[in-house]
Amino acid sequence: MPETMVSQNGFEVVWEKPETLTETKLHYCPGCSHGVVHKILMEVVQELNIQSDTIGVAPVGCSVFAYNYLNVDMQEAAHGRAAAVATGIKRMLPDKYVFSYQGDGDLAAIGTGETIHAANRGENILVIFINNAIYGMTGGQMAPTTLLGMKTSTTPEGREVETQGFPFRITELIAMLPGAHYVTRHAVHTPNTVRQFKKAVTKSFQYQKEKKGYCLIEIVSNCPSGWKMTPPEANKWMEQNMFPVYPLGDLKVDGKLVEKRPAAPAAKN
Amino acid sequence: MSDTRLMKGNEALAEAVIRSGCQGYFGYPITPQSEILEYLADEGRKRGMVVMQVESELAAINMVYGAAGAGARVMTSSSSPGISLMQEGLSYIACAELPCLVVNVNRGGPGLGTIQPSQGDYFQSTKGGGHGDYHLIVLAPASVQEMADFVYDAFELADKYRNPVMILADGALGQMMEKVTFKQYDPKEHAVAKPWATTGKPTTRERNIVTSLHIQPEKMEAINQHLQGKYDRVRREEVRYQLISAEDAEILVVGYGLSARICHRAVELARHRGLPVGMMRPITLFPYPYDVLREMRKRLSGVLVVELNSGQMVEDVRLAIEGHVPVEFFGRMGGIIPSPEEVLEKITQMFDRVNVKQVEESHA
Repeated sequence: MPETMVSQNGFEVVWEKPETLTETKLHYCPGCSHGVVHKILMEVVQELNIQSDTIGVAPVGCSVFAYNYLNVDMQEAAHGRAAAVATGIKRMLPDKYVFSYQGDGDLAAIGTGETIHAANRGENILVIFINNAIYGMTGGQMAPTTLLGMKTSTTPEGREVETQGFPFRITELIAMLPGAHYVTRHAVHTPNTVRQFKKAVTKSFQYQKEKKGYCLIEIVSNCPSGWKMTPPEANKWMEQNMFPVYPLGDLKVDGKLVEKRPAAPAAKN
Repeated sequence: MSDTRLMKGNEALAEAVIRSGCQGYFGYPITPQSEILEYLADEGRKRGMVVMQVESELAAINMVYGAAGAGARVMTSSSSPGISLMQEGLSYIACAELPCLVVNVNRGGPGLGTIQPSQGDYFQSTKGGGHGDYHLIVLAPASVQEMADFVYDAFELADKYRNPVMILADGALGQMMEKVTFKQYDPKEHAVAKPWATTGKPTTRERNIVTSLHIQPEKMEAINQHLQGKYDRVRREEVRYQLISAEDAEILVVGYGLSARICHRAVELARHRGLPVGMMRPITLFPYPYDVLREMRKRLSGVLVVELNSGQMVEDVRLAIEGHVPVEFFGRMGGIIPSPEEVLEKITQMFDRVNVKQVEESHA
């Protein structure tokens, strides 16, 4: 790409929609992270020039229609089975780039088995994991990652340990597995976090090209509609409440655990 | 050059899988079919197949979904409880129209049941099995030779109709050893183009999407109508069955798979006694050979259906006979295999009843 491009009316072009995104308008709620994550993911596919070699797997959840926006070959998986579907694709087409795109319910509740075993096999895929601590699509029910005390439509008094257990830090669990090569946690609510996330996506596709194995990028996200907040309120609440439980940063790089990770906060109800 | 060997049914099937050009197998061990996975893990891998033992049948069937969606010739195999776990995936595969082979070496149920042979999965196999309106194409082998031969047929039917195909065997067919001859088969001659597959989008085409999600009711109804049209075509073009001594039969015995072997012997014994008995063996369970029964019902005195279950296929026989003649059922469950003599006794009893009825009618 040339350093500066000039549009027909003489303005300098600073960003252009990549060919890897379709013309379809996003259906996501105002302030939702999905749009940014879609955009960054497809920008990287464009920049690496791998559109014709990339196959994605969409989950069940708010991003069930991801294939309406991502202009690459896609398969829609049953709820929780995206890692298995991605495994099937990758094992048949080992030289293609394969990613799955999953929410917290899909990846960490109903699909826990498929998630853990794909990681443990060192399946050479990229898993994009959107953690917004709630079930957005079905109307704001508790997710496995819902915080203690957090109110949802199925925890009207707030999540408590006795019946619902603890927020599931599955990314920490996956980082422990020898098959996992790169495990990292990001956000996309500020320009800086978006840049960091983009670097992680680029790095993951590079690892996949080198057949290094399983890469997981968790994106700690908001859900203004599900949390019943305005987008700015949701971002602030996310920083104050989600980040302490799901601290951002690398958990594992190049197959090596990152030391000096923030400890999980003590459980309180 | 013919290649004849003495093999277990499961092993013969697995050998045919390799020869058919199958590229990927995803499965989980369960008795009485684990030899399929074991044979492929050894021979299949050596001869270039991707063979994966994975964490569950759920994962296996969804790997089949992904791999079939990527355009590969792929399969899984299991036995009854494992096949139950795959029903979700089979429903998605049927709607997304992905060609694949699923082998069910049926054992006795319900629940964990028994590892002994059974035909208790007839309803699940032929009527859909999972949620929504769909059908698998179902082939029912009755010998080790057919365990091998039907593999090629299954993959070709799957490609022809873009539909999952099931080989429905049972524990005895999987475990018994018989002579089997492998035919010459060049997978390249049977390869079909799959322009719908997700193999990576070149600039020359729109992206391919493999999905079963169609939120608009009009679109989803159109998808359903398309599927039903396909099943109608399968019903017209793919029915297979075998008739034995049926030309002059007054009583027709109907059985498939293992029960057909028992019925065949019982029919031979009955013929030795001079009883006019024949049999019909459905080879395709979906599509079911209704028409041959409809044609024969006018000249029969009765039908005896023999199954290793509580009476499942008998419902399809009754749909075809429509009350024209009595349809009786004999079945054993829980892994018990009836002897030909038990079936012969049922045939003899049926003749007595039919004869009594004819005498009564002549006096009336």
